[in-house]
Amino acid sequence: MASLLRVKGMTHFFGGLRAVNDFNLNIEQNQICGLIGPNGAGKTTVFNLITGVYIPTEGIIELEGKNIKGVETHRIAAMGLGRTFQNLALWRHMTVLDHIRMAHYSQLTYGLFDAFFGTPSARRQEDEIIENSMKLLEMFDVKPFADHIIGNLPYGAQRRVEMARAMATNPKILFLDEPTAGMTPDELVRMIEIIRQVHRDFGVAIFMIEHRMKFVMDLCESIQTLVFGEVIAEGPPKEIQNNPQVIEAYLGKEDLH
Amino acid sequence: MKLLKKFISIFSVVPMAGWLLGVFAAVLAEYFLGDLVSYYLYLPKIPVLLGTLIMLKEPTLIPSAIGYDILIYVIPVCFVALISAPVMNRVAALLEKTPVWLATLIHLVAFYGILHVWAGINDYRVIVIKFTLISIILTISLNVINGYQGEFSCSHPGFMALGAYASSTLTLLLFTNDKMFGEALLPPALGPWCFPLVLIIGGFVAALGSLVVAIPSFRTRGDYLAIISLAFLFIVKSAVENLEFLGGPRGMSSQPSYASLPVVFIWTALCIWIIHNFTTSIMGKALNTVRDNEQAANSMTINTRKTKIVAFMFGAFWAGVAGGLFAHVLRYVNPSSFGLQKLAEILAMVYFGGLNSIYGSIVGAVSISVLGEALRPLELFKWIIIPLILILVMIFRPHGLISFTEINVKKIMRPKNKNRAEGVE
Repeated sequence: MASLLRVKGMTHFFGGLRAVNDFNLNIEQNQICGLIGPNGAGKTTVFNLITGVYIPTEGIIELEGKNIKGVETHRIAAMGLGRTFQNLALWRHMTVLDHIRMAHYSQLTYGLFDAFFGTPSARRQEDEIIENSMKLLEMFDVKPFADHIIGNLPYGAQRRVEMARAMATNPKILFLDEPTAGMTPDELVRMIEIIRQVHRDFGVAIFMIEHRMKFVMDLCESIQTLVFGEVIAEGPPKEIQNNPQVIEAYLGKEDLH
Repeated sequence: MKLLKKFISIFSVVPMAGWLLGVFAAVLAEYFLGDLVSYYLYLPKIPVLLGTLIMLKEPTLIPSAIGYDILIYVIPVCFVALISAPVMNRVAALLEKTPVWLATLIHLVAFYGILHVWAGINDYRVIVIKFTLISIILTISLNVINGYQGEFSCSHPGFMALGAYASSTLTLLLFTNDKMFGEALLPPALGPWCFPLVLIIGGFVAALGSLVVAIPSFRTRGDYLAIISLAFLFIVKSAVENLEFLGGPRGMSSQPSYASLPVVFIWTALCIWIIHNFTTSIMGKALNTVRDNEQAANSMTINTRKTKIVAFMFGAFWAGVAGGLFAHVLRYVNPSSFGLQKLAEILAMVYFGGLNSIYGSIVGAVSISVLGEALRPLELFKWIIIPLILILVMIFRPHGLISFTEINVKKIMRPKNKNRAEGVE
């Protein structure tokens, strides 16, 4: 069987700058992979290329064997690629419940006409979605906040809402862009649990960008290291941790005497 | 302050139905006793808009006008509302058991009855109410684009002009013997029945026109889109000015008077209902997600392009309908009624009332249009006072008076008995 997500030879130029060079990736069902690398290495660009925000200059991207290169972002998302953002991309005037409701957009089968006149079929669907959303909120431990405006929530809770929102799109693979950025150690431990739980309960594959080594080592089966748009090392966490090239990229070159 | 609080707490038991009954009593009082009371208060006739016009024209009559208001409006409203509260709470409880649409319809019919009787006293009132209702449609539809979808669109009078001219052309061509378009093509008796269709066609013309602004909105936002929409307004205006068969700068006149008060009222209610349905559905809330974070919206499977097009076309459709109604209320349209002045007026209503809120839009439209009429005797100073109020609102409530709140029909109509209120809070 073909792997869930397959990226082959993905290269992208911003003007004359080669942001990503010959990036390859294979993610199987239920696998957790990590992408690490120093600031400005192009990690988020890789995410944006795969999720369709930018269209790569060269390369093949396939989700479950279907080409997704050049497909619109919302379609890719509906095909089963959920994501979270580095700097929390939440909708600041909306309530927590609305966030989760909105992520069901692609699952709507009613049309504009039903939305205008509030027909029974539209109402039935909306009710089902609200019920489903409440379940998700409970699962991510943010149910008490359902009717609050998102901005009034503590940071950790906002992260969890974002995660719940991504899960509401029914993804087969989840992209997490620095899920622990700006978190306290307590929140960090909680986040590890949540990611484990998501992985277990929903059976999704996960691909994450992360800076904190402990986090990546705990969760990932396989890690890629990206430096200046090139993958310099790939393998299980243990290997990556001891790879001299990775250490060099992070800490600088050791003086040879 | 304490007295005021006590006063409010006394009236907190009155449900919506009770208030409606109270206002109905006041309106009836005016209908039967208005002439008598104004005669004894030395008023020349029944004050048209709560006496504001008389007060500003002849300051010596201020006490009489206030006396009239208290005698005819304040006392009957408060008295009847309070006396009828126990009965009306029971009525409201009964209505609560019926389907929401039925209860809402009953309230709306009652409200229309009040308006009808109140407006029946004076033709000026009819005009004021019609224009206020049309402003409500305009304001809510602009709020769809500027508030819900978060773009700053300046082309609303342009959409309105498209609707107004399209529907005027149709009615003049089909149902009247006009000097510009010749004999009526269809029997004029059909006119009032086809009028809704004509308005809808006008709305669709405006919606098609809105694509000129909607399509650039895929690639640009904010200030740049505002300028594009402003350009669209000028294109429409100068196009109409230069098209001789549409009357050019002289405009079109003698449209049939199909837009009677009930017609305008029904269209307004319909507009509020449909826009409310839309903006509370997931499909409509997609507008908010595009406003707040477009990239996140895309990643959450929301088709942002479709959403933008829908927002513009939907808003423009209602602007077109409002334009059609406007043309048939005034029975005259010319290009200069759809210029920057109109734009400023609608924008003021939207931002005064509150973004992202139908409730706010109604408040904004009613207060600005009624204020505009009430301050008419001040002439030039009117345009100093209204903007000043606007500035004050912006300082204290940057998003407008009532922003980000949705109408909750059930909450408005529910009975307000003491024990119940405690149970709920």
